[in-house]
Amino acid sequence: MIVLRQLINGLHVGSIYALIALGYTMVYGIVKLINFAHGDIIMVGSYVAMVLMAQAGLPFWAAMAASMALCGILGVTMERVAYKPLRSLPRINSLITAIGVSLLLQNTSQLIFSPNPQPFPTAFKVPPVSIGGLDIGFITLFTIVVSVGLMLALQAFVRATKMGKAMRAVSEDMGAAQLMGINVNTTVSVTFAIGSVLAAIGAVLYSSAYPSIAPTMGSLPGLKAFIAAVLGGIGVLPGAMLGGFIMGVAESLTKGFISSQLADAVVYGILIVVLLVKPSGILGRRTNEKV
Amino acid sequence: MLSVKGLEVYYGAIHALHGVSFDVAQGEIVSLIGANGAGKSTVLKTLSGLLRAKNGEAFFMKHSLRAMEPHSIVQAGLAQVPEGRRVFQQMTVQENLEMGAFTQRDRAAIEQGFEHVFARFPRLKERRRQLAGTLSGGEQQMLAMGRALMSVPKLLMLDEPSMGLSPILVNEIFSIIAEVSASGTTILLVEQNARMALSIAHRAYVLETGRIVMSGDAKELLGDDAIQKAYLGH
Repeated sequence: MIVLRQLINGLHVGSIYALIALGYTMVYGIVKLINFAHGDIIMVGSYVAMVLMAQAGLPFWAAMAASMALCGILGVTMERVAYKPLRSLPRINSLITAIGVSLLLQNTSQLIFSPNPQPFPTAFKVPPVSIGGLDIGFITLFTIVVSVGLMLALQAFVRATKMGKAMRAVSEDMGAAQLMGINVNTTVSVTFAIGSVLAAIGAVLYSSAYPSIAPTMGSLPGLKAFIAAVLGGIGVLPGAMLGGFIMGVAESLTKGFISSQLADAVVYGILIVVLLVKPSGILGRRTNEKV
Repeated sequence: MLSVKGLEVYYGAIHALHGVSFDVAQGEIVSLIGANGAGKSTVLKTLSGLLRAKNGEAFFMKHSLRAMEPHSIVQAGLAQVPEGRRVFQQMTVQENLEMGAFTQRDRAAIEQGFEHVFARFPRLKERRRQLAGTLSGGEQQMLAMGRALMSVPKLLMLDEPSMGLSPILVNEIFSIIAEVSASGTTILLVEQNARMALSIAHRAYVLETGRIVMSGDAKELLGDDAIQKAYLGH
C-alpha cells in the first residue's frame, strides 16, 4: 500500500517534470539551445496565477488560462528579442544569453514581489478520491490526468499536423526545411509558445502541490526537468515524458523508503549511470555530427 | 527567367564568389560545372537565400532575390535539390513529400503533386510509409527530387544529383532530369560530372575559384580542348 502511495506521488511530481521537460526538449530539438530561462517561466506562471487568484479573485481556470497566455507571449518575446539575433552565431552566445534572461526574470520578479516566499492559494477544496481503498488527493489525480492528456495531444500535434511536421523537419535539418518553403522563424516561435504554455500549466500544478512561491522557485523544478529531458534523450519528445516519470518515481520512492535527503542523490545517480551506458539518453538517437 | 549579375559572397573572411554573372532562360537546362570548391554550391545557396550576397543582384522573374527570405523564394517558384540530398531521415517518404508541398495551400493541387511524383518515381510510392533514412542512396536522390517537385517550381536547381551514385543510377537520374525539363520546368544543374551535365544541358558556365571562366553552348564546350583537359579527363 505504501509502495503504491509513493508510486502515485512519484507520478504526480513526475508528470510535472515531464511537462516542463517537454519545453526544454522541444526548444533544444529545434534551435539546439538549452533555454536556461525555461525554469523561470514556471516562476512567472505561478506569480501570474497567484496574483489573479489571490488578489483579483479570479477562479482557478481563468487564472490558469491567463497564466498560459502570458507565458506563451513571454516565451515568444524572449526568443525574438534575446535568441533570434544570435541564431547564426556559435551556440555559446545564446547559452550565455539564456542565463542572462534567467537572471533578468528572477530579479525583475524580486523587484515586483520582494524576495520573500508567498503562499499560493489552494485551488481545490475537494475531498480526496478513493480508488480501491486508496485515498488520492484531487490535485494529484488532476495533475496526472491533465499532464498525460497534454502529452498525448502534443504527440498527436507533432505527428499529424502540418505545423507539427514542419517542427520535426526544422529540428532535423533547418537548411533543408528552409528549402521546402518552411518559415523557420514562425516554426521556432510556435515551439517556444508551446513549450512556455506547457511550463505555465506545469507551474500552476507545481505551485498547487508545493504552495509557496518565490522569485527563484523556478530553478529547482527547472533543473529537475532539464535532467529529465537529458535522461530521456534531449530532443526526443517521448524521452522527456519518460525521463520526467522516471525522475518523479525514483525521487518519491527514495523519499518514502530510504531517506528524503538522498532523493536528489539517487536521481542524479540514475542520470550518471544512464549517461555512462547510453550518452544520448534512454530514447535518444545517436547523433551523427554533420560536417 | 533568372538573371544573376556580379554576385559576391563571403564566408566570413573567405571570398567565395568574385562577381558571378549568368542567365537562365525559360525552358532551358543550364549547367554550372567546375571543380570541387569552385563555388558552385555557394551560387545555389545564395539564390535560395541560405547565404547572403555582399554585392551583386539576382532576379528571378522580376523578384529581387536578395531581399527575400528562403521560404518566399520557394513560394515564388524557385526550388532546390540540395547537395547530399538532405532528405528528412526520421520522417516517412510521404511526410518528406508533404514538406515539399509546404507552400501549397490547395489540397487538390497537393494531391495532384503526389500523383505526378509517384508516376515519375514509382519506387517512392511503394515505399511511402518507410522512413526516408532507410532508403538507398539512389532512392534518396529520387525522394529529394520528388520533394522539390512537390512545390511545382518554375525553375528547379539541382546540386550534384549524381554524387555517390552508381553509373546506372546516374543515367537514370539524368534521364529523369531531362523528363522534368521536357514537361516544362526550367533547370539549373550544378555538377562535377561535367560529361553528364554537358550531355543534357543546352548551355553551360564553367566556374573556377569563384569566377565564371568560360561559357557557351554545351555541345561546343563538350568538344573544347581546354574543357576536355580540365574536366573530362582527356
